[in-house]
Amino acid sequence: MRDVSIIGVGQTPVREHWEKGLRQLAVDAVLAALKDAHTEQVDAIYVGNMLSGELTRQEHLGALIADQLGMSGVAAMKVESACGAGGSAVHAGYLAVASGQYRRVAVVGVEKMTDLWNGSVTAGLAMAADGEYEAANGISFVGLNAMMMRRYMYEYDLVEEDFAPFALNAHANAVNNPNAMFRKAVTLEQFIRAKKVADPISLFDSSPICDGAAAVILSRSENLNGNAARAISIAASTMATDTLALHDRQDPLWLRAVELSSIKAYAQAGVTPQDIDLFELHDAFSIVAPMSLEAAGFARRGTGTYLARDGEISINGKLPISTMGGLKARGHPIGASGVYQVTEAVQQLRGEAGKNQVPNAKIGMTQSLGGVAATAVTHILKGKG
Amino acid sequence: MAENLAPNWRLREQRYQLVGNVCLNCGAKFFPPRQVCTNCRGAEFDSFQFSGKGELYSFTTLRSAPAGFESYAPYSVGMVKLDEGPLVEAMLTDVNEDELAIGMKMEMVTRKIREEEGERGLLVYGYKFRPTS
Repeated sequence: MRDVSIIGVGQTPVREHWEKGLRQLAVDAVLAALKDAHTEQVDAIYVGNMLSGELTRQEHLGALIADQLGMSGVAAMKVESACGAGGSAVHAGYLAVASGQYRRVAVVGVEKMTDLWNGSVTAGLAMAADGEYEAANGISFVGLNAMMMRRYMYEYDLVEEDFAPFALNAHANAVNNPNAMFRKAVTLEQFIRAKKVADPISLFDSSPICDGAAAVILSRSENLNGNAARAISIAASTMATDTLALHDRQDPLWLRAVELSSIKAYAQAGVTPQDIDLFELHDAFSIVAPMSLEAAGFARRGTGTYLARDGEISINGKLPISTMGGLKARGHPIGASGVYQVTEAVQQLRGEAGKNQVPNAKIGMTQSLGGVAATAVTHILKGKG
Repeated sequence: MAENLAPNWRLREQRYQLVGNVCLNCGAKFFPPRQVCTNCRGAEFDSFQFSGKGELYSFTTLRSAPAGFESYAPYSVGMVKLDEGPLVEAMLTDVNEDELAIGMKMEMVTRKIREEEGERGLLVYGYKFRPTS
């Protein structure tokens, strides 16, 4: 396998983009990434997306985006693994370059969610779970996370407030990210007063419905041309799965796919959890953050919220998470989020994260989850430092 | 979105009777039924009728519902740990949400799950769970 580097990143702001469709968002992000990489052409394009057919009546995104970029002729395909589509697309792009088949590829994650009413989006998102036995019983995706959170609170003797530091941290970090959806700090008081969506999950425990696209350009590391100075190397790209349905798990409070993909990633990169300087985790709902911290080896079972309580997850803490706002506050355009995470980790490792710069960031980890972590894709990135 | 009868009809034993299966090699019981045993990878099964009795593992009340279920919101859903082992997810019925508690005894009942609009719209029936009286 060849070493692979990220030589360009680009992103659109995460918003309700009423004036832009899926194709405009994707093209904007790829053009920004190509410009950042000082290049105009790639050999292949991987499009991470979950619900384009359901929400915008458009599939066949590979050919569409290649065409709209003026690159018809290249290899191009859509990669789908529910909310983990973005991470999976980066993984596919990584494998394509590492294999030697392609020299340079573009990966773009894109989701256009605001063209339909919320009920249709909620029904679409439920497709991430088991259609015949979860969605068919009227159980939404937030419903699954709510049941997981209630049981977690019961087992580990916690209250809703114990999860507040995750939302407060994400919102505080989004204030300084011009691409974030919610650039407003949230207070503990606001968190406590927030309306319940599916108890114990409130509005401030949930990522928003939104639109956005992010892109990265991957290249063989031996062949960086003018990009050597700012290139970030992909030290690990791994993926694992768990049962699709929450009810099929021996232990619904342990994210097995997160554990497996993390262990594989540490082995591939030759690092341990202690070496990770920042972690962009999949905080689609507050409960996913502590469960990810535990399964990825940063906290013992049942103690994931303690890291947040003790301030360790903030920019100057021991393990900064959601450094540009995370899914919670930067926003969670489903199939795009996994690519936003990689884009933001690259900003951190280049030292280009502005006011949110993690001091001395050398190794960053990103983790994109599909469904209730039935898919987990982990990347470990290394900067020059 | 008018749906054919077939995808609902083929699940009739599961939806109306909670029929799962049991692995002939290792004895693991499954609901929903599986083609490959997740315990031993065996592929031979007998069908297995679950009792429909169990206890509440977790629950929530949905304030906003997915398309097709809007008219029922808010409604409670739960995960029930069946006496025979597997967890089942379903709507909860015949109970106020403030009475729900982890660990309470539950039993399966057959109820209408949803009603599709239009002349060809289906009435979909299936299992829900209620506290054991």
